[in-house]
Amino acid sequence: MVEAVDSGSKPLLSPDGIRTDGRKIDEMRKVKMEVGLLKNCSGSAYIEQGKTKIIVAVHGPREAHPKHLAQPGRAILRTRYHMAPFSTSDRKSPAPSRREIEITKVIREALEPAVMLDEFPKTSIDVFIEVLQADAGTRSAGITAAALALAEAGIPMRDMVAAVAVGKLEGRVVMDLNEEEDEHGQADMPVAMMPNVNRITLLQLNGRLTRAELEEGLSMARRGVDQLYEMQKQALREKYTSSESAQEED
Amino acid sequence: MDSVNSISEAAPLRLRDLNAVLATGVREDGRKLDEYRNIDIKTNLYEKANGSAMVRIGNTVAVAGIKIARGAPFPDTPNDGVLTVSLELLPHASPDFEPGPPDEGAIEMSRVVDRGLRESKSIKYDELCIIPGKSVWIIYVDVYALDHDGNLQDAAGLAALAAVLTAKLPEVKVEGDTVTELETKRPIPIVETPVPVTVAKVGDHLLVDPSAAEEEVSSVRVTMTTIESGVVASIQKSGSDSITMEEALKIYDLAFARAKEIRGKLTAALGVSPA
Repeated sequence: MVEAVDSGSKPLLSPDGIRTDGRKIDEMRKVKMEVGLLKNCSGSAYIEQGKTKIIVAVHGPREAHPKHLAQPGRAILRTRYHMAPFSTSDRKSPAPSRREIEITKVIREALEPAVMLDEFPKTSIDVFIEVLQADAGTRSAGITAAALALAEAGIPMRDMVAAVAVGKLEGRVVMDLNEEEDEHGQADMPVAMMPNVNRITLLQLNGRLTRAELEEGLSMARRGVDQLYEMQKQALREKYTSSESAQEED
Repeated sequence: MDSVNSISEAAPLRLRDLNAVLATGVREDGRKLDEYRNIDIKTNLYEKANGSAMVRIGNTVAVAGIKIARGAPFPDTPNDGVLTVSLELLPHASPDFEPGPPDEGAIEMSRVVDRGLRESKSIKYDELCIIPGKSVWIIYVDVYALDHDGNLQDAAGLAALAAVLTAKLPEVKVEGDTVTELETKRPIPIVETPVPVTVAKVGDHLLVDPSAAEEEVSSVRVTMTTIESGVVASIQKSGSDSITMEEALKIYDLAFARAKEIRGKLTAALGVSPA
């Protein structure tokens, strides 16, 4: 079946499948990743995905605070997804919104399947995701960067986690929505996956998809996750080759 | 922290037992894996509300009430009415629920109900406009969980949906900037029925409409809201485990099939169907 096309003013997709920012249907925005840029935490990572810019810090494993949260047989994973007041067009109140509380929960549940929490009983592993500039795809870019920061912190993981949002514009499934596409498009589906074990750890949908589009969206997300995973490995390699060469120079 | 969905310390033992039972294709309460519990829907329970519904799924109960008010539209949608959903897990529903500000589990549940109704675009928000840019109908949907025996998510979603389907708005007369509410009423303009269905994964099995005992040992739950045509309008994966792509599509098939049956019951119970 075909869903009616949104009768918005400006088409988000040209007849030959080119998007308003010049990208093709299955093309991701330009992504930049950097690992280990903060001194005072166990691990850190920075990601730019288009105009979305996020910095992540990991502390731990460390003693759980407050103490009653500690679990005898495993570490607890705590996350915070937060948007800086200057990250959006209109100033966002720094107090956590209901949206941020929900995203904090789904991000934690997207990372938990990968992190080997059993290795660190009674401790807490804390992941702080700060959105410095928001231009759609912040929860997915936040997850991709959080997995990098956890890896840099040396926390044992079953697999990496990477995430991308797929969407629907003018009836076509597309990769990695930007803000304009997210606002005026017909669907937004963030997907996080563990690329080697091929499992979905975050799945949300806002908007309307047929079953065929759902299936296409999941396959497209899988391809996006593969691309991001290669970039994650590259970012980690760069961090360690550059720090080794720095040590040699000493 | 996560009052509804936390896995208890005894869970691993229970899970081993349950997984073995489920392999026979029958659940502890006698249901098949893909079978929903009995649903009971009552509407128009409270005269002072513009609409209300109580939904019972087995022993799980949620109530939703609607109040409407005239107010200003959002600046970016000046010609559209507004829908706002809130949800509280009342202490009535479980000894584990405390009064006070909602925790992350309740916030998530509320936002999933909200998205199911909103993102389906099933409500014609432009028909809730009174004076473009100035005055629109604001529909407040307040949902309360009253008794928790699993799958509060669907009970809350169905209660909200049934309340919206049966609520009435006053007709208005507009002269310049003056709005007069008339005695005559009309329904909220809704053209489809977005029905949420939650599927939980317990061990290796996908269980439709999990009971509290099943939720306690489930590692992951997925709620999918589908409309008549088969379009899925909202998805939420909840819980600290992963699913495969095949499971996601299997869950869609289960959710769509059960939603179809529930929609039949809903229209029969309400005596109304979307315009």
